Amino acid sequence: MPKRTDIKSVLVIGSGPIVIGQAAEFDYSGTQACRVLRAEGLRVVLVNSNPATIMTDPEIADATYVEPITPEFVEKIIAKERPDVLLPTLGGQTALNTAISLHENGTLAKYGVELIGANVEAIHKGEDRQLFKGVVEAVNARIGHGESARSVICHSMDDVLKGVETLGGYPVVVRPSFTMGGAGSGFAHDEEDLRRIAGQGLALSPTTEVLLEESILGWKEYELELMRDKNDNVVVVCSIENFDPMGVHTGDSITVAPAMTLTDREYQTLRDIGIAIIREVGVDTGGCNIQFAINPVDGRVIVIEMNPRVSRSSALASKATGFPIAKIAAKLAVGYTLDEIPNDITEQTPASFEPTLDYVVVKVPRFAFEKFPSADATLTTTMKSVGEAMAMGRNFPEALNKALRSLEKKGSQFSWVGEPGDKAELLTKAQVPTDGRINTVMQAIRAGATQEEVFEATRIDPWFVDQLFLLDEIATELAEAEKLDPELLRYAKRHGFSDQQIGEIRGLKPDVVREVRHALGIRPVFKTVDTCAAEFAARTPYFYSSYDEETEVAPRTKPAVIILGSGPNRIGQGIEFDYSCVHASFALADAGYETVMVNCNPETVSTDYDTSDRLYFEPLTLEDVLEIVHAEQQAGPLAGVIVQLGGQTPLGLAQALKDNGVPIVGTQPEAIDLAEERGAFGRVLRDAGLPAPKHGTAFSFEEAKAIADEIGYPVLARPSYVLGGRGMEIVYDEASLASYLERHAGLISEHPVLIDRFLDDAVEIDVDALYDGTELYLGGVMEHIEEAGIHSGDSACALPPITLGGYDIKRLRTSTEAIARGVGVRGLINIQFALAGDILYVLEANPRASRTVPFTSKATAVPLAKAAARISLGATIAELRTEGLLPAEGDGGTLPADCPISVKEAVMPWSRFRDIHGRGVDTVLGPEMRSTGEVMGIDKVFGTAYAKAQSGAYGALPTKGKVFVSVANRDKRNLVFPARALVDQGFEVLATAGTAEVLQRGGIPSTLVRKHSEGEGPNGEKTIIQLIHEGAVDLIINTPYGTGGRLDGYEIRTAAVSRGVPCLTTVQAMGAAVQGIDALLRGEVGVMSLQEHAALINAGRQ
Amino acid sequence: MTAPAPTTQRQRRERVPAVLVLEDGRTFRGQAYGAVGETFGEAVFNTGMSGYQETLTDPSYHRQVVVMTAPQIGNTGVNDEDPESARIWVAGYVVRDPARIPSNWRSRRSLDEELTTQGVVGISGIDTRALTRHLRERGAMRVGIFSGEALADQAVLLAKVQASPEMKGADLCAEVATTEKYVVPAVGTKKFTVAALDLGIKAMTPQRMAERGIEVHVFPANSTLEELYSVEPDGVFFSNGPGDPATADHQVAVARGVLERRTPFFGICFGNQILGRALGFGTYKLKYGHRGINQPVQDRTTGKVEVTAHNHGFAVQAPLDKVSDTPYGRAEVSHVCLNDDVVEGLHCLDTPAFSVQYHPEAAAGPHDAAYLFDRFVSLMAGAPARTTAGS
Repeated sequence: MPKRTDIKSVLVIGSGPIVIGQAAEFDYSGTQACRVLRAEGLRVVLVNSNPATIMTDPEIADATYVEPITPEFVEKIIAKERPDVLLPTLGGQTALNTAISLHENGTLAKYGVELIGANVEAIHKGEDRQLFKGVVEAVNARIGHGESARSVICHSMDDVLKGVETLGGYPVVVRPSFTMGGAGSGFAHDEEDLRRIAGQGLALSPTTEVLLEESILGWKEYELELMRDKNDNVVVVCSIENFDPMGVHTGDSITVAPAMTLTDREYQTLRDIGIAIIREVGVDTGGCNIQFAINPVDGRVIVIEMNPRVSRSSALASKATGFPIAKIAAKLAVGYTLDEIPNDITEQTPASFEPTLDYVVVKVPRFAFEKFPSADATLTTTMKSVGEAMAMGRNFPEALNKALRSLEKKGSQFSWVGEPGDKAELLTKAQVPTDGRINTVMQAIRAGATQEEVFEATRIDPWFVDQLFLLDEIATELAEAEKLDPELLRYAKRHGFSDQQIGEIRGLKPDVVREVRHALGIRPVFKTVDTCAAEFAARTPYFYSSYDEETEVAPRTKPAVIILGSGPNRIGQGIEFDYSCVHASFALADAGYETVMVNCNPETVSTDYDTSDRLYFEPLTLEDVLEIVHAEQQAGPLAGVIVQLGGQTPLGLAQALKDNGVPIVGTQPEAIDLAEERGAFGRVLRDAGLPAPKHGTAFSFEEAKAIADEIGYPVLARPSYVLGGRGMEIVYDEASLASYLERHAGLISEHPVLIDRFLDDAVEIDVDALYDGTELYLGGVMEHIEEAGIHSGDSACALPPITLGGYDIKRLRTSTEAIARGVGVRGLINIQFALAGDILYVLEANPRASRTVPFTSKATAVPLAKAAARISLGATIAELRTEGLLPAEGDGGTLPADCPISVKEAVMPWSRFRDIHGRGVDTVLGPEMRSTGEVMGIDKVFGTAYAKAQSGAYGALPTKGKVFVSVANRDKRNLVFPARALVDQGFEVLATAGTAEVLQRGGIPSTLVRKHSEGEGPNGEKTIIQLIHEGAVDLIINTPYGTGGRLDGYEIRTAAVSRGVPCLTTVQAMGAAVQGIDALLRGEVGVMSLQEHAALINAGRQ
Repeated sequence: MTAPAPTTQRQRRERVPAVLVLEDGRTFRGQAYGAVGETFGEAVFNTGMSGYQETLTDPSYHRQVVVMTAPQIGNTGVNDEDPESARIWVAGYVVRDPARIPSNWRSRRSLDEELTTQGVVGISGIDTRALTRHLRERGAMRVGIFSGEALADQAVLLAKVQASPEMKGADLCAEVATTEKYVVPAVGTKKFTVAALDLGIKAMTPQRMAERGIEVHVFPANSTLEELYSVEPDGVFFSNGPGDPATADHQVAVARGVLERRTPFFGICFGNQILGRALGFGTYKLKYGHRGINQPVQDRTTGKVEVTAHNHGFAVQAPLDKVSDTPYGRAEVSHVCLNDDVVEGLHCLDTPAFSVQYHPEAAAGPHDAAYLFDRFVSLMAGAPARTTAGS
């Protein structure tokens, strides 16, 4: 029974900006779905506000709307496009919630749009905790297995307090309904915890509903990924076992596939329950994820929850097994059955089977607590990780070690150097799940802990604990062996020890270990992920390395290009880089190369087995990459390795790869160094006659003080060895400088601190450009909305620039070309400029694809990353213009006058974090990047585009109500004009004393409110914090003075986050918001697809 | 809560060398696992990720050396509830990474201990995927595993392997079947009596019948038609078992007797091949067989797909595209494996008889095909056989 013939067009909803709990995996799933649906001949209409995605590439869908994913905007798209059906199950919770809203408000009925992939009843049954409990009871009645944790549903704090008594006391789990990634859930050990967690949960839940549950902390945790078709065929794609027992969100747990510690009887029981649940819930076509807890003492099974849609775990399961869940879900949704869909990997067998693995997969989360020093780093049922790495090996230790080194984070790998510490202390520390607990456990083992002690402290399954002991035993053997004999070396490599770890243990450099290893002929082989444990021949070269006997890399004749990806998502290096890598792969395949992708991030499009000709799912370390290069050199001609598209990760490997004889194509490592090394880069600027802000390098406080005195405060201080703004701060006076150096005392002893003049009131500008050695293609010029000093990744920006004139563009072009030439760029370069007092300063240059490449590409309708990949392999800009990859004439600096304005806005993860006292973390923007994702708004004029970006990022700007204004002294002068505009727009302005006084002098009426520090007034006058919590404030403008300095600002901003009130922290953003509100009030907001946008620009280019 | 699994004393890695030699000369070197010594058999691979205990004790694996494609084996130890027969039947066992300790609340001892106690020679630490691919490309073949004093020159070992008996033409079911008749009582009210011919029956099979109110009389493999009918059965069941179905002439004759008497007949695995032969179809040896718990089988009457447990090296040769005329009326292929179109089930249209090549009793494996036992019950109840799995 093939696909339905009554469907001509389908609307797919994406997941919006990358946030914690909803990340790149939905780009992967959405991209797969769109490609499949188009291949089926359907017209695909897509909406996603996130420009950094592959799915929003104009060639992936027929009509691509980079518009806010809100019911209002999606309705506009439906009205315009009139799709037959809506597929909501591939865009995470955002898509599902939006689809439900459109159903409930009657939009779908009004336009005759059918929901496919899931029906509303099934979504409710799966997601509503009370209904789902009913589902589990029904399943138990039918098959005799499975039960829910005892629980009570609560809609108020009174319910909650009574609920605890019903359950028999603390601890209890609090889970808000209908939130994504488990937002707002947690363990309450006492009433104080409970009031805080449940209070927030009630607020976060769109239905003001939380569930209280008996504690099953410490139980074993499992997940199954299932798929069902319309003929009621069901398959279990993958089982996943959590290394960390119950109590840690599965997104924050180390997870293992397949399940390692279940007998067949127990596994089949989970399978029976899973199948019965998917039927009972009524997921007619598509995938779902079901989570289970098992009591390790007696095997009692509790069904925790289900997601009636493609989830993060399904992305992981797809990569872990080679079974493309999203792709198949899309096919099932349009009417195919599982047996009608071929398994891509074997080509000869159908998708109606269950993958079987002959390897072990380990996923480890990557956290960003260093960016949020005040956040509580304890892992709970609320997801806090920002990314993940996956690795495969032929046994658990090999996969685990590979996964840990894939994290690319100092200290993420096991270390056997130095003293382990005190056993009792380490065991106590290991009781609390945190980032890196597994390393603490390893140190406890080194310190003499027994297997029983480790189990008692952590509840990690004894089998896993024993595997850690095995690693420790091998390390001991390595340390004690007289010499590194081949047998021992092979044994250690078989268990995933890196050359670096072996070197550390033996007191050798990793290079020496590698040379010894190569001399002995000890190299990894590459095995295929084939879904069937070699039962059938695989046609898809999807590889992982293992120290085993037989390699499966086939010879090839075409020249290959290896593209190094960007590894696990982290703040500052996210999906944007995956976008560039995928584009390179597409462009180079078109140009006749065999493309080889290397990456270890399961959430991405780049690690989809059909993105590149060959995929190596491997850690991005020198050792692992060199082995891949070797394997590919054995297989056929190698044109080179591309390092400039995957962000800092591959860039960091460039020089070492080159030193080992690996051909790097495009910008050479020496050029990369030139841009990163301050002194050398300074010479490039001097030669080109370009000014940089005054700066100096300090090795002590005295030196820092002298430099700061000379260049004048404020200054920008940062450690010399980092990028992404880590540890960077604006310092306003000598006292702050002293305090900065004190806080970073560890740094200055090892690395000098860089002191730059901070350009107050400067306009910051980002430029993305291509350079081929002779010609420059100015990709795009972005004008930041926030002033210089806010990390460019956290700043909103507009393209084309809204206030820069032709003269400025000309200067930018000249400077960019001079730098690109001076550095020696072949491919992409990103330069940050600051325009202050008519002087154009160069802040920094990165000779690689930047975070903004996807945004620039979409805003200007030119695929910059594709062009960069081609230039790297020797094509010239002139050739690419002739070919049509670049416009025949003009570039991003010469956009037509009627070019729509694109605005990028950053999305911050504030609401995810609490400090150890349970209070929110401060939300102030600064030189250190902390955003997880971004959205794009496009419209004819800036105000509307900005308003769209705000809607996409945080929810719509208000058009009426009360706006609270409180700004730092330095911002007061710039306050009057936008404040007056807000009053004219009909807002009531609330202000605290100081700001009110300024407004009054400017003739702007305002209502005086009490500061938090003043407390409630004698006649019950509320403080601003109380007003925010009561929902009486619709917009907040609060600019800070330093970070964490004044408690009032902190309280205001954290209250805004917890209540979801839009909060602007710069006056520039306030000005932009005023224009946005103006546009909203005039009601001129329409929708435009990227394809229409491109046609408009291209028409203007003719 | 206490630690759920007993922790055995950890040992420093002690590595007894072992070698695996295939009849075509390919050799893998690893470490001994289980008993030390030598063993021979037909090398086959099993792709199940769970259920090693059931696999090891499945009599159909008699005289076979089983290669596990899942790399980590033994993690849940050995318990007393999951074996499918009273002993381990595999001739040898090949794994990549055996567990050092078992971890499961039902575990009683480690797999290593169990293999050693039962004298099963195994090997670990070899590239099981390379071996599996070799068998996939070259077909199942004879193999020997050698460790300890059995180690010798490659040529000597190879000669030994080549001198060992082949699976084709092997008549093995009598070797694994019960020698004495026994009864598995019905659970609850007894509704039917079934005479089950044990050709290597797995414990779960009579249990699945007993759960449905069937009293199962299990007979030795060489029992006669008269002996089976001595219990006045409502139905006759032929089990799974090892060896080449082409040798099972006695059982084929008994099956024909059952068909002539029009007693409801159900066969599994070897039993399917015997029904096939009784109907006049041939059997043949598959290149490398089906052994795993993830095989997609389509019920051709409903179009539905079930994920099923398989363990067969031989299959029935019957036309997929038409109904066949047989001495017992019309018969058709009811089930087919979607991976390779191998016949997975037969259904007589004019006689109350059906059979499947795979394992509806599962153990190990998914329970998707358990409805076939209900179909057998319906047949005995005289009702038209249910054709759907139900849900």
